[in-house]
Amino acid sequence: MNDLAEIISQNEDKLRSEWIRTMSSAVERADLMSKAELDEQCGSLLKEIVDGVKTSGPENLGGAGWNGTRELLSAISASRARQGFSPTDVATFVLSLKQPLFVLIREKMGKNPDLLFDTVWSSTRLLDSLALITTEAYTSTREELIMRQQQELLELSTPVVKLWDGILALPIIGTLDSARTQVVMESLLQAVVATNSRYAIIDITGVPTVDTLVAQHLLKTITAARLMGAECIISGVRPQIAQTIVHLGINLEDVITKAKLSDAFALALQRSGRAVVKTAAAAAANPLSQLFGKREE
Amino acid sequence: MERIPVLRMGSLLLITIQVDMHDKLALQLQDDVTERISEWGSTGVLIDISSLEIVDSFIGRMLANIAGMSRVLGAETVVVGMQPAVAITLVELGMSLTGVRTALSVEAGMELLYGNAFTGSEDEQRTEA
Repeated sequence: MNDLAEIISQNEDKLRSEWIRTMSSAVERADLMSKAELDEQCGSLLKEIVDGVKTSGPENLGGAGWNGTRELLSAISASRARQGFSPTDVATFVLSLKQPLFVLIREKMGKNPDLLFDTVWSSTRLLDSLALITTEAYTSTREELIMRQQQELLELSTPVVKLWDGILALPIIGTLDSARTQVVMESLLQAVVATNSRYAIIDITGVPTVDTLVAQHLLKTITAARLMGAECIISGVRPQIAQTIVHLGINLEDVITKAKLSDAFALALQRSGRAVVKTAAAAAANPLSQLFGKREE
Repeated sequence: MERIPVLRMGSLLLITIQVDMHDKLALQLQDDVTERISEWGSTGVLIDISSLEIVDSFIGRMLANIAGMSRVLGAETVVVGMQPAVAITLVELGMSLTGVRTALSVEAGMELLYGNAFTGSEDEQRTEA
């Protein structure tokens, strides 16, 4: 089956230019990579394929001769996945080699139908397998990317903010699952110890839905904080969520809940024996505020 | 025999757990606390567990028991300085220690108990509302 290797290596330049032409008509991603880069990738891949066919044969893709091809293809697919190519683009990269290769094979073996068929068949299988390798590499790179983003999201989404001496706020964004509850709980409790805070406000404005599981996770966090001697206030309960909580029969009676973060903060200030007062200067600067001052409070 | 000391501070009992609690020690502590309360007529018990790093359901129940027994004898119990890991473990074990009052530090715990002694029930309402 070294005929295939011969055909490719003898007509390498022609094959490469035809390949790139076919590829460009199918998918043109000049925005993502330059022509020169593509040309170089095609050239080195062709060399590796010739090498593989020569040493291990086109049927035995697991053989040592194909190691170079596999590595090169995986690297190309991985870099394309990161650059933002679609799966079709990546698979087409290999599959578009078929047409120019078959044209060449027909030119050389047109007179011998049996040989022609065999060669076309084996090269089709070869290119299909190579395309599968690219897809696999593409997917695994994407998965890695998603995993890393999930991890980053987990770390990003649980900040504990100190609002005042002894008052912490924990704005939760996104759905609370078990893994996140663990992170939220740990970071809240650590912050309670580190800042010696008596009050912690858990703001759930950014939590899209509250079901029984989320409520249970919230209650766990609140109980743990209570065990340490800190009191939790839930704020940011939207009307829709208040309705859901009641309909689901979730018991939040032992927990203080407020509609807004500001309400919760005011309560925490009041409980720690503090009050917010308007200064005389502000009142003097805006005479109207004296009129409406009482109402605002 | 190894024993956890129970200190007297005016009308309060001060207990600092600084060794790994094992079951026998916990039972001994229960005996000591109840005996001291009735002997000295204490009105408050402060248990500092800030050095306690490992907890199991038995120790958790023991804390709840001491609080319950003290209440029967007329003394308020405050558990102070629980470590985050301990709090998480107790919650995961399903023990919320309802009825046991908690504070962040010995100082805050004292404030809670003395506040009760001097200002009556006002402080209690404030923290339990």
